[in-house]
Amino acid sequence: MSDLSRRKLIWTGLAAAAGVTGLGVAARIAQKYGLVPPDHGGIYGLGETLTYASQRLLTRHSLAREFSRSQISKRPVPNEMPPLNEAFKHLQAGGFADWRLSVDGMVARPGTFSLAQLKSYPSRSQITQLACEEGWSYIAEWTGVALSHILELVGIQPQARYVVYFSIDPDWWESIDMADALHPQTFIAYGLNGDELPVGNGGPLRLRLPRQLGYKSVKFITHMTVTDSLKGFGKGLGSAAPEAGYAWYAGI
Amino acid sequence: MGDSVCISRATSATSATTVASRHSAFVRVTHWITTLCFIALLVSGIEVVISHPRFYWGETGSVLTQPLFKLPIPSSRALVPTGYGYVLPDQNGWSRALHFQAAWVLVLTGLLYLISGFFTGHLRKNLLPGKADLSWRVLSTAIADHLRFKRPSEAEAWSYNVLQRLAYLFVIFVLFPLVIWTGLAMSLAFVSAFPATVTLLGGQQSARTIHFFVSLSLVLFLLVHIVMVWFAGFRSRMRAMITGRAGTDKEPT
Repeated sequence: MSDLSRRKLIWTGLAAAAGVTGLGVAARIAQKYGLVPPDHGGIYGLGETLTYASQRLLTRHSLAREFSRSQISKRPVPNEMPPLNEAFKHLQAGGFADWRLSVDGMVARPGTFSLAQLKSYPSRSQITQLACEEGWSYIAEWTGVALSHILELVGIQPQARYVVYFSIDPDWWESIDMADALHPQTFIAYGLNGDELPVGNGGPLRLRLPRQLGYKSVKFITHMTVTDSLKGFGKGLGSAAPEAGYAWYAGI
Repeated sequence: MGDSVCISRATSATSATTVASRHSAFVRVTHWITTLCFIALLVSGIEVVISHPRFYWGETGSVLTQPLFKLPIPSSRALVPTGYGYVLPDQNGWSRALHFQAAWVLVLTGLLYLISGFFTGHLRKNLLPGKADLSWRVLSTAIADHLRFKRPSEAEAWSYNVLQRLAYLFVIFVLFPLVIWTGLAMSLAFVSAFPATVTLLGGQQSARTIHFFVSLSLVLFLLVHIVMVWFAGFRSRMRAMITGRAGTDKEPT
């Protein structure tokens, strides 16, 4: 073995050791600053983590693009959905007068809100794009109450890290970190293009999260839980999406 | 050893046996990582397109709007009217995950390649065409030789010809940056921080359409690349890119 190759071998070894140590330290720091998504395990964990961490660092406070009224799509896509269950049909027959959104978990004052109550809070509007993971998109004006307003009402505890939210369809539930939960454009939406939110677009109540793909904007929401860990929910991957093979974080 | 030395001067071809290295270890490793990532991106990208094989221009587009064009293929989603009586299995979950993971590895590998290529002089020596080569005479001869499928000379086992250099530079500095840009421009979160990246392209659906065409161009490059390697001598060129050895032994025919 020549001197050159021995020196090379030593340097390669040192570089590899530094690399492994660096990765370990990076993982620790990422964990500490909430840059590791709940679905970081598995073969695609590296990609999911890099995407979530980098976008979280770049977009913590950035606002989703808003559009002018003239850019609103003529027909907001009411995409196909499974037949809604008996519980939904029952509430629909009553004009959704008995629809309730309950909020519990790590909060000082767990509460239940009717549609009328939610509409009595300061309403906000946004003209934003809804994009589906399939590739299509539309622009619409969404009206609702900021999720941060509801979280303020119930009083989230300081150790809260995620908000988990559930559809009346038991197979559809999602969660978001506090950066998204407290983001000013994250709505509990009840209006679309100046009207009631149609059932086809998630009415009477839909979570609206314009910086992530459509499947994170869960339709027909009835329940929310504030938590510091996602381990106890489903398979512990954060939401229904990773259990079906999709990313928990859908900013891309 | 000496695998970090990249000899590109044609003069060495005459005296070369199999001692000198044609491609540095760094070039070889990044080449094959890129190859793997590209195949993963291509397969997963096709799967994602199958879920909505319609393309639009502007900000928005859906089954309720007029497409710019449609691919004449069935879809993996029942919502899309394709004219086919069946729906393909939905593969979007793993496809998207693989697409982004491969994109990350490719981008990081590409960055390392560019940094190393700059400092080792690889980009300047092996990819940048010489001034003399950029004359119309040399270029037209090179183009004519390619059109006649003339076998490359011995010297080309040691150095890229001018068309090769231009093609590689175009892929590295135009197509890859464009495909990364248009990919990021489709990300709702990314464009919330950098809105100009999507408005400059004319909207999110325009970004998706451009992404598709740039990807097609990259696939076209890959096909031509493979055909050229085949003509130049598949075994010797593959050996050079895998082991670094570029012998002058004859290709068995």
